[in-house]
Amino acid sequence: MNSLLVADTVSKQFGNFTALNGVSIAVPQGSIFGLLGPNGAGKTTLIRIINQITMPDTGSVTLDGAPLEQHHIRDIGYMPEERGLYKSMKVGEQVLYLAQLKGLSKAEAQKRAKHWFDKLDIGAWWNKKIEELSKGQAQKIQFVVTVMHNPKLLIFDEPFSGFDPINANLIKDEILQLRDEGATVIFSTHRMESVEELCDHIALIHKSNKILDGEINTIKRQYRNNTFDIGVEVDESAFAKAETDLKSKFQVTPAQFKSLGDELKLRIELGDKGSPNELLKQLQSYGQVTHFTEVIPSVNDIFIQTVNESI
Amino acid sequence: MSVLSLIIKREYKARVRNKSFLIMTFLSPLILVGMVFLITYLTQLNSDTKRTIVIVDDSGLFEAEFTNTDQTTYIDLSVQGLENAKEIAEKEDYYGLIHIPSDREGLTSSITFYGKETPSFGLVESIEKRIEKKLTDQTLIDKGVDLVVIENSKKNIDLAIENYSGEKSSKMSNWIKAAFGGAAGYLLMMFIIIYGNMVMRSVIEEKTNRIIEVIISSVKPFQLMLGKILGTTMAGITQFTIWVILGGVLMVVLQVVFDIDPSTTSGAVNSEAQAIASDPDKLTEIFTEISKLPLLQLVFGFLIYFIGGYFLYSSIYAAIGAAVDNETDTQQFMLPIIMPLMLAIYVGFFAVIDNPHGTVATVFSIIPLTSPIVMLMRIPFEVPAWQLALSVTLLIASFIFTVWFGSKIYRVGILMYGKKPTYRELFKWLKY
Repeated sequence: MNSLLVADTVSKQFGNFTALNGVSIAVPQGSIFGLLGPNGAGKTTLIRIINQITMPDTGSVTLDGAPLEQHHIRDIGYMPEERGLYKSMKVGEQVLYLAQLKGLSKAEAQKRAKHWFDKLDIGAWWNKKIEELSKGQAQKIQFVVTVMHNPKLLIFDEPFSGFDPINANLIKDEILQLRDEGATVIFSTHRMESVEELCDHIALIHKSNKILDGEINTIKRQYRNNTFDIGVEVDESAFAKAETDLKSKFQVTPAQFKSLGDELKLRIELGDKGSPNELLKQLQSYGQVTHFTEVIPSVNDIFIQTVNESI
Repeated sequence: MSVLSLIIKREYKARVRNKSFLIMTFLSPLILVGMVFLITYLTQLNSDTKRTIVIVDDSGLFEAEFTNTDQTTYIDLSVQGLENAKEIAEKEDYYGLIHIPSDREGLTSSITFYGKETPSFGLVESIEKRIEKKLTDQTLIDKGVDLVVIENSKKNIDLAIENYSGEKSSKMSNWIKAAFGGAAGYLLMMFIIIYGNMVMRSVIEEKTNRIIEVIISSVKPFQLMLGKILGTTMAGITQFTIWVILGGVLMVVLQVVFDIDPSTTSGAVNSEAQAIASDPDKLTEIFTEISKLPLLQLVFGFLIYFIGGYFLYSSIYAAIGAAVDNETDTQQFMLPIIMPLMLAIYVGFFAVIDNPHGTVATVFSIIPLTSPIVMLMRIPFEVPAWQLALSVTLLIASFIFTVWFGSKIYRVGILMYGKKPTYRELFKWLKY
């Protein structure tokens, strides 16, 4: 798959502080790319470099194979973490102005604005001032402003902060639809669980360094460690024996999952001590198996693990 | 439409539609003209008070000197004697009493003014003058001098001024030149302070609204800064024009309606101006003087220095706006703006008018931050070409430098929130 955006060993210093240290990412065309990491890791700096708000000290960024130039900003839609609009300006005027700054003609901007306002059912706000809208309503306007010029690349910094769950879902659906129509999306967030199910590619950034990146399923496969949550209905008499039996053989921790009965619930790290099938057979010998799931590591787990390994 | 003109247009609209801007635009001339008339009216009211002053002249010399005027009535109570007269004056609540003793030799220090309160400075002076004149004349006559002879021998000298190539000039020309220069310099300063501040506020507004990041992901910070300055300037010119027109119209209307002439208020300069206006010879002299001014140089100089100076300062204002979060934090950075401006105005009004080609005036008309104002004031006095060239070059160079410097600070500053920067940090930003 060819990459829409490639950042090659990008570094950025602010005085003595290194914000980015030789970070490389490749965002595949048509993907949803998660740029993940804790606060202050350097995500926003990287995004600002992609948006040409700041320049990298070293390294290069290419969009569609060409080094970034001023005209490329028209291909990018950026919703920064710090949301904001002109408070005393009317919604309609503002949307048209910002779209024109992105290179649309006034007529085209009007047409697309109408499309989006109809789609999100917010046409009634056209002549209101931003300061008359609620925060959530203003966020919707912000979203429209971000996507209106049909950019190839959409960048959302902390996308769902500030949206209530209903609007967050609405926006999520709109973003997915845009992706289906051919846009490439970058999500940047420190709340990894919020975008995990949306992303197909991720890059983890920690303390100015990229510590991991790739296709999310590949990464998860890489970090699977043959761990299973199991549940077995065991007779009271055999309960203790089964538990000690398993504990002596495998790395076992208590499992946390919901079930209806009070069966034996364990998380078993199989490691290289046999296949899942063998484990299942052994469990069947104790009694009725009610639960047998592979524990897929969350991005958060992977992140913590990688950080620990890198130290 | 180009991005820059879009920004200028938005900025202009945002300024012009702003309620306080609208109110100020139409209210300021009203307030100003209203003030002028109020002051005129109050001054007239104040000097309308009639007062009565009692004279007790034991010497008998000054009977004829104290003639009644519109505001002051003199009553001669010499026959009553000092003590009686004092009583009467106090009882009748007269303004005061002047006692002139009979001893002529000691008169210089023995004349006394009695009153409930200290008399006004003007009144004391006018009384002193009258007595002085009379006493001097009387003494001269006593010594056998003919006053008519003295009067006839007085001469009035009017120096003719001419340069080596034979071009005639007059004292009047200096006055006109100073007026031209002073007005231009003052106008520039006002413009810088009012609209520079407006640029700064609009940058801060973008920061507090947090829209800045959206905007500069679409345009270059430099374009945004330039657009803001130009848009605000145009709004400023609009406002200024309305002020001038509205103020002028109001002035005329009020003068006609209320028949009050505000030019009577401000004393000496105006009375001179009135004297000039009533004298057709002097009036033509003014016009010939004006036509003799280096008009082309004046117009170009005005344009270059006004635009250059204004942009120089407003890019500093914009940088300050970018560096801070709110208006209260701007105070510490105001000094580098206000200081050179004040300095320029003072140098202009004292050094330039006193000696337009003196060292101080010359140096300050070349240093970039003060040159716009000082040089504007010097231009009517004909500045050597090399000085103009040097000054303009430096102004343009420093304008380019400040815009570069300003947009550097701007680029970093607009994305900095929550911190009150110090000068040291600003310096560090330049290296980012």
